[in-house]
Amino acid sequence: MAKQTNKKNQEVETTGHQWDGIEEYNNPLPRWWLWTFYACIVWALWYVVAYPAWPLVQGATAGYKGWSTRANVAVELAEADAANAAINAKLETVELTEVAGDPELQGYATSAGNAVFKTWCAQCHGSGAAGAKGYPNLLDNDWLWGGTIEDIHTTIAHGIRNEEDADARYSQMPAFGEMLEPAQIEQVVNYVMSISGEPQDASLVAEGQTVFMDNCAACHGEAGEGDIYQGAPNLADAIWLYGGSFDTIKETVTYSRFGVMPPMGGADLSEAEIRAVAIYVHQLGGGE
Amino acid sequence: MAILDKHAILEKNVTLLAIFAFLVVTVGGIVQIAPLFWLENTIEDVEGMRPYSPLELTGRDIYIREGCYVCHSQMIRPMRDEVERYGHYSLAAESKYDHPFQWGSKRTGPDLARVGGRYSDDWHVDHLRNPQSVVPESVMPKYGFLENRMIEPAHIEDLLKTHRLVGVPYNDEMIENAKADFAGQIDPDGDTDGLLSRYPNAQVRNFDGQPGVSEADALIAYLQMLGTLVDFSTFTPDASR
Repeated sequence: MAKQTNKKNQEVETTGHQWDGIEEYNNPLPRWWLWTFYACIVWALWYVVAYPAWPLVQGATAGYKGWSTRANVAVELAEADAANAAINAKLETVELTEVAGDPELQGYATSAGNAVFKTWCAQCHGSGAAGAKGYPNLLDNDWLWGGTIEDIHTTIAHGIRNEEDADARYSQMPAFGEMLEPAQIEQVVNYVMSISGEPQDASLVAEGQTVFMDNCAACHGEAGEGDIYQGAPNLADAIWLYGGSFDTIKETVTYSRFGVMPPMGGADLSEAEIRAVAIYVHQLGGGE
Repeated sequence: MAILDKHAILEKNVTLLAIFAFLVVTVGGIVQIAPLFWLENTIEDVEGMRPYSPLELTGRDIYIREGCYVCHSQMIRPMRDEVERYGHYSLAAESKYDHPFQWGSKRTGPDLARVGGRYSDDWHVDHLRNPQSVVPESVMPKYGFLENRMIEPAHIEDLLKTHRLVGVPYNDEMIENAKADFAGQIDPDGDTDGLLSRYPNAQVRNFDGQPGVSEADALIAYLQMLGTLVDFSTFTPDASR
């Protein structure tokens, strides 16, 4: 076996171990590596004393720094709350209709409301608030329960047709499949399509109007203009929550719809957050 | 070199080596695992926790079967961004009846630890059928088939008994009534007093809006109760834990 040499061309020592005549060269670790290793051991000893570490029988050692994830997150949340306390207090007391006149408050509420919207509203109403089938578009001028800022605030705080909030907005359209003949449903669907300006079977419209006046006009209005006080949609425009095709309207009339929105008040959002998101939704374009 | 010489005895005798290796691993195991059975600061008592109702437990099995945990965690960490997005951080006690727990380790989708009550049942039905219809940017696959798979609670008593075996406090009354509770939870017009006394705060609704108990009913019943049992308005966390 050729003798191994190191960089300086010196013969390398052996460790002195011997196994069946085989010796082991002593090639020590680089100094810098070894000292880093020792430094890590020292750091680990400090860490064990400073932070929660050893599991004992009843609990773990707490560490002299008193570090706690729960305490830390409480402090962070309190700091964030404290930083916004003044403007949140102002937001909670000011009249909602007057926020638009205060650029600082409006700017804060819009940004905060945007963040709340992305977290709590976007899953149904879409990240751009354009809605989806069964989930209203919040960008247009068509409002089921009213588009003033107070109306929007009430809807967000209490929700719609939910079981959790006694003040939730509530209305229920009957399932007319149990009350009308299939022929009558077909007539009234054609009438509804005529007032919203869709192509329809003109021969059924006159009879459909009679059915409409007897069964639908009480909530949707004689001209089908809807009623925001009972959440009855406007049927005379081209905006449809579930779709405006013959088949979809027939399904709606036959089985009715029962869209639910959970309340955001209570445990979920603070009053300032609800107001902020109401202001955000109001300024999206459709607010009245 | 005396100790090295003695070590050579171990290295030359494979049986002895196995015995001593086992002893070393045992010490490591005892140090790491044993304290968890006694540590009082890992699980705190919180009010409101109850075992899953039969329908919820079935939904949980579907959740596991479909691999929901691969993309969804159920563990809100104590960090400001998570608490502000998902709600109060998770407590150990909230998964004490989970066998196995569903904390997960990967969030392709959002955390579901407090998804209960956040969306309507209709939303869950729409979202399971076609997630992109409500969340266009979602990459979740479609689970519409769950609605069409009706389930009979043929083995529900066995399921409850199995969970009892591993420590979930299902009592005899719960096991006797498992079949009735299973069907009763989607029938708000039926007699739900027994169900609600056994499983306080259970939500009784026809979750998928269609007759019969489908897998979608069970899964939505499970999702709608996640994280809703503990009333955090009356709970003060111990900061030292």
